[in-house]
Amino acid sequence: MEKFTTINSQAVPLNMEDVDTDQIIPARFLKATTREGFGDNLFRDWRFNADNSLKENFVLNNKTYNGKILVVGKNFGCGSSREHAAWSIFDYGFRVVVSSFFADIFRNNALNNGLLPVVVSPEFLQKIFKEIEKNPSTKIQVDLENQTITIETTQEKETFDINPYKKTCLINGYDDFDYLMSMKDKIEAFEASR
Amino acid sequence: MATTLFDKIWDAHVVQAIENGPQVLYIDKHFIHEVTTPQAFAGLDKRGLKVARPKQTIATADHNVPTKNQLEPIKEALSRKQVEALIANCQNHNIELFGLGHPFQGIVHVIGPELGITQPGITIVCGDSHTSTHGAFGAIAFGIGTSEVEQVLATQCILQTKPKKMRINVEGVLGKGVTSKDIILYIISKISTSGGTGYFVEYAGSAIRSLSMEARMTICNMSIEMGARGGIIAPDEITFDYLRGRKFVPENFDDAVAKWQLLKTDDDAVFDKEYHFDAADIAPMVTYGTNPAMGIKITDTIPNNDDAGLEKALQYMDFQKGQSLIGKNIDYVFLGSCTNSRMEDLRQFCALVKGKQKAENVTVWVVPGSKQVEKQAIAEGLDKILIDAGMELREPGCSACLGMNEDKIPAGKYCISTSNRNFEGRQGQGARTLLASPLMAAAAAVTGKITDVRELLD
Repeated sequence: MEKFTTINSQAVPLNMEDVDTDQIIPARFLKATTREGFGDNLFRDWRFNADNSLKENFVLNNKTYNGKILVVGKNFGCGSSREHAAWSIFDYGFRVVVSSFFADIFRNNALNNGLLPVVVSPEFLQKIFKEIEKNPSTKIQVDLENQTITIETTQEKETFDINPYKKTCLINGYDDFDYLMSMKDKIEAFEASR
Repeated sequence: MATTLFDKIWDAHVVQAIENGPQVLYIDKHFIHEVTTPQAFAGLDKRGLKVARPKQTIATADHNVPTKNQLEPIKEALSRKQVEALIANCQNHNIELFGLGHPFQGIVHVIGPELGITQPGITIVCGDSHTSTHGAFGAIAFGIGTSEVEQVLATQCILQTKPKKMRINVEGVLGKGVTSKDIILYIISKISTSGGTGYFVEYAGSAIRSLSMEARMTICNMSIEMGARGGIIAPDEITFDYLRGRKFVPENFDDAVAKWQLLKTDDDAVFDKEYHFDAADIAPMVTYGTNPAMGIKITDTIPNNDDAGLEKALQYMDFQKGQSLIGKNIDYVFLGSCTNSRMEDLRQFCALVKGKQKAENVTVWVVPGSKQVEKQAIAEGLDKILIDAGMELREPGCSACLGMNEDKIPAGKYCISTSNRNFEGRQGQGARTLLASPLMAAAAAVTGKITDVRELLD
């Protein structure tokens, strides 16, 4: 897994609530047997018309906005457990998703792929949306070590929570797999005790 | 200390707790299917590892399979390749596969219970959010991502933070034409698509206790649609009667039952959140929008709120605020999915359709949840009822629930569907989904429009 430290980047605002994983990556693109290339179909039906032409008014097609941070409305990633949703966001180039609320499975999947879900207060989320609208080139700084998120232009800052174990994993690029493999003896002892 | 049913099962499966971190949770049964596993097996192969406990993993092909001519090679190359990858991976790792053509093949959440693999007190995971279905048996069951599938394959464990606990009580007697699908659509409409996020839900109360196992599965199935990782119902005599005699239940069944009878929430156990609903207030439900919480009683009208999400949804659906859905023409009827494709669903649907004709303007797909359901439906003559009514009984699979396999609803068309999600494009690009019960689907199939099923019942 890619190591995560600090990201200082412009952000892409998707000011919508309850964005489900079927929108992030529709099921017809889940036929691949590898993890690569899902970014091409991120938000496929919001980015493209049925004839594959671009939908000009969708935020990902607006050249004003770019960067490694995706800012979204509450309850992002609800619905299906497809990890392809996290893969597609990461593959597209994002490393952070900021929202006031994430669906559980999506949040786990993101963390397992080095994509950092940052939960901010609803008020701070609105501040970010407002600032990006006013000044699209504003940068957002996400500092995992100190667990802070800062809007560069206004210097408004908020701290965010993250499980200490997951934080260590992200900073060092470890994943749960290695940890679980190290538990082999304990797992066998557990099985023997049942 | 008084504990909940959920606590009892969870705590009995914790191998290790990480300080300030998640817990290592032991998984008893792992269901896998073709869509969310190829990358997990590829990961194992890359690391040179084998599946740790192949006997605890059960495979089937369901999401990406056709529901016609299943014994012929799959036409679409990518789908064929994905199903072939599952076959190869199961062979390499000695995992039992109930694949296409096998008498036990079917939707993963239908076959687990009907084979008796799903049992009270166990932990179950699967790379599918509707794994919550199995909670109907008093099991802890939840959906996971592909990285976690790989972890379970390699270690039979997963790292999880213990969720908070919620109880939803439904007391009283259901009215005519009201089914368990209406109960869960009603609950979701009340507590929203995120109201359950961070929680594991126990369903309780006299209305829940009165339900059959198949009806309970429909409720637990849709727990994820309110954001909850899972739902659970305490096992009882209805549960034990359902399981008795099924293929993979414990040999000493009565001893198992004696243990299972202890699985219940203590009287004074405390939940982090609790809801109470009155069964008499529930009516046949239908959704009007693009998430499962956008549902109303059939006799109600679409809400008239100032809400950007509602406006976007109604634009997609081409509905108006304040509108009634009764009498609205529909194009497709889909009876199927892990929510409603079991025998009782087919029986209810066929009982209403029997002797009638499908409306001219609708296409009706009835897709059984498994080969065993298909076989039983044919044995009961349900296929004939459907054919006589101008409908068809297809072969088992996830079908038109998710817009992945050949069964898709065309853009702009309205489908009344017994499945679980009405998201934009869920059933096909541009498709418009209205979620409802099998009875409501049957009423729409014969009238060609959204109909209050109670008008067709004696």
